[in-house]
Amino acid sequence: MLRLIVQRLLLLIPLLLGLSILLFGWVRALPGGPVQAMLGERYTPEAAAEIEAQMGLDQPLPVQYGKYLLQLVQGDFGVSLQSGRPVLEEFLNRFPATIELTLVALIFAIGIGIPLGYVAARRSGSIVDHSAVVVSLIGVTVPVFFLAFILKYLFAVELGWFPTTGRQDVTMIATHPTNFYVLDGLLTGEWDAAWDALMHLVLPGIALGTIPLAIVARMTRAAVSEVQNADYVRTARAKGIKPARLRNEHILKNAMLPVVTTIGLQVGLLLSGAVLTETVFAFSGIGSFLADSVFAADYPVMQGFVLLIAVVYALVNLIVDVSYGLIDPRLRRQQ
Amino acid sequence: MSESPDKKTAEPTSGASADDVVLRVEDLSVDFRTEHGAARAVANASLTVRRGQTVAIVGESGSGKTTLAMAVLGLLASNGSVADGHIWFKDEDLGKVSPQRMAQLRGMELGLVPQDPMTNLDPIMQIGRQIDAGLIDNGLRTRRDARTRTVELLDEVGLPEARQRASQFPHEFSGGMRQRALIAMGLSGRPALLVADEPTSALDVTVQRGILDQLTALTQDLGTAVLLITHDLGLAAERADTVVVMYRGDIVEQGPARQVLTAPQHEYTKRLMAAAPSLASRRIEIARERGLDEVLDGSLLAHGEDAVADGATEPDVLVSVKEASKVFSIRGRGLLSRSKDFTAVDGVSLDIPRGSTVAVVGESGSGKSTLARMILDIEKPTSGSITFDGNLVGAGNHRDQIAYRRRVQPVFQDPYSSLDPLYSVYRAIEEPLRAHDYGDAAARRTRVEELADQVALSKGQLQRFPSELSGGQRQRVAIARALALSPELVVCDEAVSALDVVVQAQILQLLAGLQEDLGLTYLFITHDLAVVRQIADRVLVMQEGRVVEEGTVDSVFDSPSTAYTRALLDAIPGKDLELAL
Repeated sequence: MLRLIVQRLLLLIPLLLGLSILLFGWVRALPGGPVQAMLGERYTPEAAAEIEAQMGLDQPLPVQYGKYLLQLVQGDFGVSLQSGRPVLEEFLNRFPATIELTLVALIFAIGIGIPLGYVAARRSGSIVDHSAVVVSLIGVTVPVFFLAFILKYLFAVELGWFPTTGRQDVTMIATHPTNFYVLDGLLTGEWDAAWDALMHLVLPGIALGTIPLAIVARMTRAAVSEVQNADYVRTARAKGIKPARLRNEHILKNAMLPVVTTIGLQVGLLLSGAVLTETVFAFSGIGSFLADSVFAADYPVMQGFVLLIAVVYALVNLIVDVSYGLIDPRLRRQQ
Repeated sequence: MSESPDKKTAEPTSGASADDVVLRVEDLSVDFRTEHGAARAVANASLTVRRGQTVAIVGESGSGKTTLAMAVLGLLASNGSVADGHIWFKDEDLGKVSPQRMAQLRGMELGLVPQDPMTNLDPIMQIGRQIDAGLIDNGLRTRRDARTRTVELLDEVGLPEARQRASQFPHEFSGGMRQRALIAMGLSGRPALLVADEPTSALDVTVQRGILDQLTALTQDLGTAVLLITHDLGLAAERADTVVVMYRGDIVEQGPARQVLTAPQHEYTKRLMAAAPSLASRRIEIARERGLDEVLDGSLLAHGEDAVADGATEPDVLVSVKEASKVFSIRGRGLLSRSKDFTAVDGVSLDIPRGSTVAVVGESGSGKSTLARMILDIEKPTSGSITFDGNLVGAGNHRDQIAYRRRVQPVFQDPYSSLDPLYSVYRAIEEPLRAHDYGDAAARRTRVEELADQVALSKGQLQRFPSELSGGQRQRVAIARALALSPELVVCDEAVSALDVVVQAQILQLLAGLQEDLGLTYLFITHDLAVVRQIADRVLVMQEGRVVEEGTVDSVFDSPSTAYTRALLDAIPGKDLELAL
């Protein structure tokens, strides 16, 4: 187990090196490049040359890359052109928001997807089964931004059940020690702040969780269909065990193996920034900030965020791999 | 026994009248819903099982024997249902009781020992816990003291170090140990009736015997009635009081074991008897059926040792293995453990004369498959040498190795997994021809059709996919594919072990005929001594990587010189049947 973790962490090094080269080349290949973006309308060749010299862009590429790498190793991802604050700080400020959103989306996807898939498989061919198939088909085909708009229009604008945008009501005065707004409210005892933050998460969470929900439901249905016909399930029934035990210990646990893989991949995708959902709901996580940075040609942010997201993605997958061993004893030995 | 050997024993239908009748099945029919309407899997079956009695249901796969047993347990697949008739267990009609009552009966009154120990244990739950669960849910033990009882049960079925073993997972158990655990599970509620569905057919023959003895001893002690499902007549003859023969959903014959087997009435039973692999050498019989008279005057056997002993010409040796060994290194567990060496094959020598059949026999783990893989040039020997037609195997350049592959072809054990499910039969047979640049499309078509003809596959079957074929048909495809490039040596690794006896006999006949027609040389790797007797000229017995005995089939079978060979021979089910004949 320990060996697996160390191995996988070491593999991160070549991965990040490769990615940093790609990003370095990508930024320099863009038309105009960062200097033009910085100067905008004030662009003159002289001003550009001055900034290039200032930023070391007139040096040979390998030297530039070496310096860039040296900075990265020291945890220096550069400074945002928009805000003037370090990229890492911007990331860490917004990441809690994205984690909160991801958690809500996951709870929605798993909480509904697994029971739905289970019931669909156990009552194969029933109305529940057919509707589950239809729901999951719709789930994966409806574009996220469209669903987000519809949800916002229906439940926020028309019905007014939920707030339309943001992470918290702007008039709410609350302290934020951790930047996890719901958690902050609970920690400081500001219950109304926690509730308000939670309400702000519902609609974006549903919008973001729909695709994972559909995928989890389909995966669960397929896995349960297979496991419920397995020989060991029949043998377990033959020894007279209770239905609840059959469901929880034999069918669900075995069926969860492929589902956990799927969930792991989804978590990685969700954490890497729900650009569309965050934009529609003006939710200030890493996704919406990244989108803003693209429009503002904020190259340091783009470069830094992509690298940091890659690290997060790789770590989440590592956690998923380790968790297999907890479910499946056969993998424990191999690991 | 009051039953007549006829089908549908007529007895009073007022439920289980006599006190000692545990199970009475009356005119039972079971249907499966399919896309093409209802398919009847069991038709008007009647049988009776008394306390302490063992009743064997014998038949090939698809005969409905397992369906009948599952109907008794109320564990039919979801598209199956009892269409007609009654299943009386003591004084309850199992077709009419509620699902809740049925669940109560299972485990407590009705036990199951399933067929395949590899798939019948939950892979991610500790063995002990799987037995605990039954004890707890049946109210036999509390959560606290279930494990003590589980260890007793595992101990009872002869599992060594039961306490430690109970907390292991199925993948840490051998097949035999798993089957012991499943027997412990099946008997944990001390049921009145135990359904044993092919309880040992997935195991090695020596392991089989030990487990069956244990099962017999236990059920006798406990007075448990046993419904034994098997395709093996020998096993039925040896273990059962009453034998019920099923064929295509019908009970075609039933009666006392000896009577059914010595004086079979129904045509199918006679066929089953004829096809049963027996200790008598049947190779000549096979040839006679095919009208190959030259076999009878000894020309086929002339390549064997007998001919040499008679002073005939030196046999033409096709394959010669000299002192071959194969050592694998196994990576140890944990961070600091070192790798260990494991000697799979230890200094084995053998010669395979051209045109003969040599069989290598042994249990799993004896190194017989590794030996075959070395001869196929899939594994390289660690030391020693293998020559084929005078040339060292694996020594030449890439081109030589490809040429070698053309001359030596394998047929593997499992016809279900060794064919690509997405290739049609035609494509599967054509594949080696394409790979070795055999002619153009038309030439390949002619060749594929010729091959299909040789293995008795129809043209229509060429367009089918493996999933649409039976096990025997698939094995025919595998043989046709192996023969495509006109090899000289065919290595059959347990090539008929997965097949029913009737199909097995057909495939062995086919192989014997092809050998005669094409002058093939066979290396047969098997754990089944009965198969060896049917097909081989010479036999090598392997144990733990070494050859412990070698000789002609007759000499090894008639006067085995090592205790191990004797144990293997004794373990063949059906010696009683043999004597009775």
